[in-house]
Amino acid sequence: MTDMTELAGDRSAFTAVKKSKSLPESVFAWLLIGPAMVFIALIVAWPLAETIRLSFMEARLGGEKYVGLANYQDLVDSRKFHQTIVRTFYWMFLSVGLKLVLGLIGATLLNAAVPGRALFRVLVMPPWIIPMAIGMIGWLWLYNGYFGVLSGTLMTLGITDGPFEFLAYKQSAFYSAVVADVWVGTPMVTLFFLAAMQGVSRDLYEAAWVDGAGRWYRFRRITIPQIMPVIVSMSLLSAIFTFNSFEIIWILTEGGPRGATTTLIVDTYKTAISNFKFGEGSARAVIIVILLGIFSLLYLNVLKLVNRKYGTK
Amino acid sequence: MMDRYTKLQMVGIYAAVIVFLIFILLPFFEMFMASLRPLEHLFRSPYQFWSDDFSFQAYSDMWETVPLLGRYIFNSVFIASAVTVLTMIFVVPAAYAYARLEFPFKNGSLAIFLGVNMFTGAVLLIPLYRVLRSMGLLNTYWAMIVPGVAFLIPTGIWLLRSYLEKIPRELEEAAFVDGASRMYTLRRVVLPLATPGLIVVGTAVFIGAYAQQFLFAITFNQQRELQPLPAGLFEFIGYQDVTWNQMMAAALTGILPVMVIFLFLQKYLVAGLTAGAVKE
Repeated sequence: MTDMTELAGDRSAFTAVKKSKSLPESVFAWLLIGPAMVFIALIVAWPLAETIRLSFMEARLGGEKYVGLANYQDLVDSRKFHQTIVRTFYWMFLSVGLKLVLGLIGATLLNAAVPGRALFRVLVMPPWIIPMAIGMIGWLWLYNGYFGVLSGTLMTLGITDGPFEFLAYKQSAFYSAVVADVWVGTPMVTLFFLAAMQGVSRDLYEAAWVDGAGRWYRFRRITIPQIMPVIVSMSLLSAIFTFNSFEIIWILTEGGPRGATTTLIVDTYKTAISNFKFGEGSARAVIIVILLGIFSLLYLNVLKLVNRKYGTK
Repeated sequence: MMDRYTKLQMVGIYAAVIVFLIFILLPFFEMFMASLRPLEHLFRSPYQFWSDDFSFQAYSDMWETVPLLGRYIFNSVFIASAVTVLTMIFVVPAAYAYARLEFPFKNGSLAIFLGVNMFTGAVLLIPLYRVLRSMGLLNTYWAMIVPGVAFLIPTGIWLLRSYLEKIPRELEEAAFVDGASRMYTLRRVVLPLATPGLIVVGTAVFIGAYAQQFLFAITFNQQRELQPLPAGLFEFIGYQDVTWNQMMAAALTGILPVMVIFLFLQKYLVAGLTAGAVKE
């Protein structure tokens, strides 16, 4: 008997201890998030605010001077900058479009119930996980006119007479960079689509199959609608990555030849870091942030529509 | 059965898979082939598909041509490891809060974290350069570690949160009812249960950290002995006589650490990284 009362007493003592010792949920939560938040504020948010401030300055290595909207005015007036913006969007839409199409094809292939697909899935991943800079050393070699396999193949097939330097001409350099960017981005898109496809309930396919629906019909009417939310999120994610894609272009061409591969992000880097024009560079960075912001808002609305239409979550 | 293919369809699928894989693997294949050829053969023009003199010579010569190669690889692994440890220290508590607790400004603060994913370092380089300079961190390992951590925290939180959400709450609640403090519950109940998830997210962060070093290294660090592999190799490409075969050998050797880790954990990694794509 005494034991039982002691136990009961212990229980209530526990509850009392718990009450005094445990923090309110919201305070505890913010203690957990706090360090990460402070770190991000210091390394991302504050520099972002600084970028905005600098964009109104004439800032060089020597010092800074307030110039109002002059940096932005220069950009508005510059034909070169207009071309850069058009080029950036062209770069983004082309590259993202190719990644999505290739990703969809790749995922469908890897999803086919054939022997060896586990191995194929592993073989698709390397461009995603290795440092981009190292992959680009490989592409530099492929694109080499004298010693590269691509130019070599073209010559052997008699398509070109002599060596063809892929990165030396404006047009070919641009599309070569697109191909390399697609190469880097396709594995991630493929594997996300594949994961989404594998999450589609088999019952749906079996019901359609029993009703005599062919593969193509099942793909169009079941697979695509079911994975639509993932297609939309991958479009945005890969649009952001592609828009911001810097290393690929920098290593292949440094934005050349004659600006043919200079996208906004490369232009920003060249202006600010290579030429030490911090103010002008910051104005470009702010424009990037604004464009990406507009882009994300658009996307969130599309995602809402898609989710409503296909009824997920 | 629904999944059965005719012979012709099988051939078609394999052919398409092979074309797809050629696109993905061609650069690696060519890098490997180049690393096996003597330099004179590489510089033969017109291009020859086959060489009669393959050897692994470049893999031993490269250590002399690029004297700091070992150092570069060490730096890459070291920076990535430091970034991973620091990132996880920030990520684990935050991910737990988002997975389990209710608090004011929860969605808003999560959106702020994910918003960071919108910027690459390139947009913030200018002020970041000044921040690091004023902290006296330029040209140190920290110059590459600190920004690396910042840009991996959001992804880490996102991945670990989805993992934690799948762990049943009952054990935590039991511990809590028994009077364990919140911190004790997190350390002694949640973390042991989440170990597989921590390994997957940690590995993903490591691979990300290994991959993202180039930009921060070329911008914030001038000290050669501290350069990670991609930046160290990139410097050589600018030189007059690039010994391409050794360059390729070095590049391939440099990705070995991540490839090994990846091969061991690939099954879990793919599942962990693409978790958000699967409907529950």
